[in-house]
Amino acid sequence: MSDNQNPPADTSHEVTVTPQTGNAVGHAERFPDPGIPEHKHRLTDTDPRAAKRAERTVTFLFVLSILGTIGSIVAYVMVPPDGTTSGVRLSTLLIGLGLAVSLLGIGVAGIHWAKALMGDKEMVQERHPLASDDATRADAVKDLNDGLEDSGVVGRRGVLKGAFFGALALFPLAIAVPLIGSVGGDWNISAFKHTMWKRGTRLAIDPSGRPIKVADVTVGSVFHVIPETTEEFRESHEWITEKSKAVVLMVRLNPEDLRTDQSPEGETWSHEGIVAYSKICTHVGCPVALYEQQTHHLLCPCHQSTFDIADSAKVVFGPANRRLPQLPITVDDEGYLIAQDDFAEPIGPSFWERLK
Amino acid sequence: MAKQRPTTALGKTADYLDQRTTIGVLVKELARKVFPDHWSFMLGEIALFSFIVLIASGFFLTMFFEPSMALVRYEGDYPAAMHGQLMSAAFSSTVNMSFEVRGGMLMRQIHHWSALIFVGSIVVHMFRIFFTGAFRKPREINYLVGLTMLILALAAGFTGYSLPDDVLSGNGLRIIDGVVKSIPVIGSFVSMIVFGGEFPGQHIIPRLFTLHIFVIPGLLIALIGLHLFLMVLQKHTQYPGSGRTDRNVVGYPAAPVYVAKMTGNFFIIAGVLTLMGATMAINNVWNYGPYDPSPVSAGTQPDWYILFVDGALRLMPGPGWEWVIGGYTLSMNLLIPALILPGILFTLLGAWPFLEARVTGDHREHHVLDRPRNRPVRTGIGVALFVAFVICALAATNDLIATHFSLSIFAITWALRVLIFVGPVFAFWVTKRACLGLQRKDRELVLHGHESGRIVRFANGEYVEVHTPLDPQEVWLRTQHDVPRPLEIKPAMDARGVRRKGYRSDRRWQKLSEFFYEDRVERATPAELAAAHSHGKHDEIEAKAPAAVTGSGGAHRKK
Repeated sequence: MSDNQNPPADTSHEVTVTPQTGNAVGHAERFPDPGIPEHKHRLTDTDPRAAKRAERTVTFLFVLSILGTIGSIVAYVMVPPDGTTSGVRLSTLLIGLGLAVSLLGIGVAGIHWAKALMGDKEMVQERHPLASDDATRADAVKDLNDGLEDSGVVGRRGVLKGAFFGALALFPLAIAVPLIGSVGGDWNISAFKHTMWKRGTRLAIDPSGRPIKVADVTVGSVFHVIPETTEEFRESHEWITEKSKAVVLMVRLNPEDLRTDQSPEGETWSHEGIVAYSKICTHVGCPVALYEQQTHHLLCPCHQSTFDIADSAKVVFGPANRRLPQLPITVDDEGYLIAQDDFAEPIGPSFWERLK
Repeated sequence: MAKQRPTTALGKTADYLDQRTTIGVLVKELARKVFPDHWSFMLGEIALFSFIVLIASGFFLTMFFEPSMALVRYEGDYPAAMHGQLMSAAFSSTVNMSFEVRGGMLMRQIHHWSALIFVGSIVVHMFRIFFTGAFRKPREINYLVGLTMLILALAAGFTGYSLPDDVLSGNGLRIIDGVVKSIPVIGSFVSMIVFGGEFPGQHIIPRLFTLHIFVIPGLLIALIGLHLFLMVLQKHTQYPGSGRTDRNVVGYPAAPVYVAKMTGNFFIIAGVLTLMGATMAINNVWNYGPYDPSPVSAGTQPDWYILFVDGALRLMPGPGWEWVIGGYTLSMNLLIPALILPGILFTLLGAWPFLEARVTGDHREHHVLDRPRNRPVRTGIGVALFVAFVICALAATNDLIATHFSLSIFAITWALRVLIFVGPVFAFWVTKRACLGLQRKDRELVLHGHESGRIVRFANGEYVEVHTPLDPQEVWLRTQHDVPRPLEIKPAMDARGVRRKGYRSDRRWQKLSEFFYEDRVERATPAELAAAHSHGKHDEIEAKAPAAVTGSGGAHRKK
C-alpha cells in the first residue's frame, strides 16, 4: 500500500473539514455529504465598476443587433441579386450576415446579462415523491367506481356494451375503405413486371430520343438507351414512370470479349458484340451508370453493386443479388437496333410476387 | 374591505388575466421554480430552438414552394441552363425561390442546415440522457416521448429532403421504393400506397409535402409540449455533487435567470444557423437537375442521419441473400440492413430503461444523474452502438474514401464488413475497462489524495511526493454513487426439494444481471481511508520536519 497521502506541511487550505473527520463518526459505509459549497461572489457582485462595465457591454450588444437588422435591410434594398449564381450568393451573404449579427447581438447580450448581472446564488427546492398519497389514490379509485356505477353498465347489459364497442370499432371502416381503395392508384402490381419495350421497339438515345443505327455503335462505346416513342409522350407524366423501368445501358464489346450473355438455347439476344442490359439496379433500383471499359464492369454509384457486362451482367461485388436483366435486341431492315421483346424477367429490385 | 386595485398598466393586465384564468397560481408555481445548471442540459434546448428556426424558415419557404409534380417549362432566366427545360412545378419553384426571391436562397439554406442541426442535437441530447441514466424512473415515459420525436425528426428530414424533386432526392425515393418492395407479402402494395401507383407517379411530392409541413410538425409540436410538461412536472435531473440529493433540486430560478439564458440561447442558435445559411451553400439542386430516372452522379450521399442505413445497405453482401421460398421472393440483402437493423436499434433503445431497471432490480426514483464511469456496461453498450453507427456512416462514404485515398472500394468495403462486427465489441470492451479504471482512480484519489508535485526528502534520505487530501466536496462526488450488484434469486429447489416454477426465467435474468454488474469497483469507505491513514502515519510526522526539500511537480514516488 502506498503511504504518502499525508497533507502538505505548509498547507494554507481554507477547508478545515478534511475527510478524516468522517472517521470520528465511526466506520460508516459512506462519507458524509458536506452540503452545498460556499457561494463564491463574481467580480460584478463586488466591484461596482465591473458591474457598470458589464452593463455597458450588454447595451452595446443590443445596439449592435439593431445595426445588424438595419444592415440586413440595406443589403436587401441595395444589393439585388442580378440572377447569376454569384449575384444570388452575394445577396444571400449580405442579408444573412446582417440577420446573423442582429440575432447574435440579442443572444449574446441576454446571456451576458444573465451571467454577469442577474443573481447567481444557488437555490434549493424540495422534491416531492411523484406518486399521489394513499388517501388521494383511494378517493380517485372510488370516484372512478362511482362513475362506472352511475353509467349503469357494470355487470349487466352485455348487449349494450357489445354494441357500443362494436360501433366504435367499425365506424373508421367507412373512411378507411374509400381511402385504401384509391390511395394505391390502380393497385396493379403486375405492372412492376412489364416495361414498354415490345417486339420491334427501336432503341433510342437518352434523352434526345433519336433511334440508334447499328453502324453508329463503335466497339467500346456506351449508349444510354430509351425506347423510341413520340415526343408528345416523352413530355407526359406516364413517360417518367415508364422510363423509370425501361432505361437500358447498351455497350458494344469486341465479340471475342463477350464471354456469355443471357440468351437461352437457340436464341441470340445480342448483336455482333452489342449487349443491352436494364439500367435499373437489381439491388434497390438506382440507375447503374458507371461503366469501366477496361474491365467491362458496370458499377452502381449508389451502393457499389458491380456487374460484369462481358459475363451476362452477373454480380461480381456488392449488395445486389441478381444479374441485370438483358434486353434481347436485333437489327431491323433499315439497320436500326430494335428490341426482340420485353425483358424476360421483371427489372429492378426484388419484390415478394416477383416470380409469380 | 375592497381589494387594493392595481394602478400600473402591467398590474392591470395581470389583474385582468387573473380574474379570468387564475393565472396567478401558475405564475407563482413557475416563476421561481429552480432548474439545475449544466452545459449538457442545453443540448435539448438546441433541438428545441432549431425546431423553432425550422418552423420560421419553413413558413417562408411554403410561400414560394409549389408542391406539385405537374410538368412545366422553366420560365425564369436564371440559371440560364435551366431556361425552357421541362421539369416538375416543385423543382421549378425551388429554383425560382432560390434565384428570383430575395432572401429565398438564404431561407432555404438556413432551413436545410437547421434540419441537420436539429437531428444532430436530438441525437447528442439522447447521448447525454443515455450515458447519465436520466431515463431511469420516473422519466421512462418522457424518454419514450423523446425517442418518438427522434424518429419523427428523421421522418421530417427525409420528407423535406425529397420535396425539391431533383435527381438526388428522386434517387433517394427510389431507394426507399426498393426497400419498401422488399417487405414480405405486403411490400408491393405498400410501394403502391406510398407512390399512389407505380414509382414515381405524380402523387408522391404532394403527399410528402402534407406529411412534411402538417402531420409531422404537428405531432412534433404536441410531443414537445408533452416533453416539456413532464420535465417541469418531474423537475429536472441534476448532476451529482455535495448537497444534491434525490429529494431536492439545486440551481437557479426560472425567472429571471433561465428566462434570460434561454431567450439568449435561442437567439444565439438562430444567429449561428443564419450564419451557416448565409455562408455555406447546401443542396444546390440546380446543379443536379430535375428528377430523371436515368442519370445519377457518383459520390452522392444522403443527409448525415440517413448515412447509417445507406452504409448498412452497402456493407451487406448480396449473392446468396435473396431467398425464393415457394415461388415468393424474400430479399434478406435489403431486409437485414434497411429494416431489421434499424428495427433492432430502435427497439433496443426503447426497451433500455425497462431492461436496465429489471437487471438492476431498481424501483426507486432517481433525480441525481450517474457519472458514466459508474455504469461501465451501460456506457460500454452506448459507445458500442455509437461505433457501429460511425462504421455504417463510413461505409456510406466508401466511394469518397476510395477516390480521396486512392484505395480499392472492394478492399474498403471488406474491411468495414469485418469492422462492423469487431469494432463495437472492441469499443465495448475498451469502454468498460476504461470506466472500471476511472472508478479505481476515484478510489485511489479518495484514499490517497491528489499528487501535489511537491517532493519531500526525509532525514533518512528517502524521497516521497506529498499528496493533498481531497476536500469533502470532491470526496462526496467520488463516493456518492451506488454500486449495483447482480440480482439474487431464490434457489431452484424449494425447502421440500421441489423444482420452483419460474426459476429458469429468473436464472436468465440473473445471468444478464451478472453481465452488467459482475465486474465492479467498490467505492471507497471512511473505514478504508482510516486504515490507509494509520498505515501512513510515520510519513505525516516526518514530512513536517524542516529537512524537507521541495521539488517541482510530475515526479512520482519510487518504491
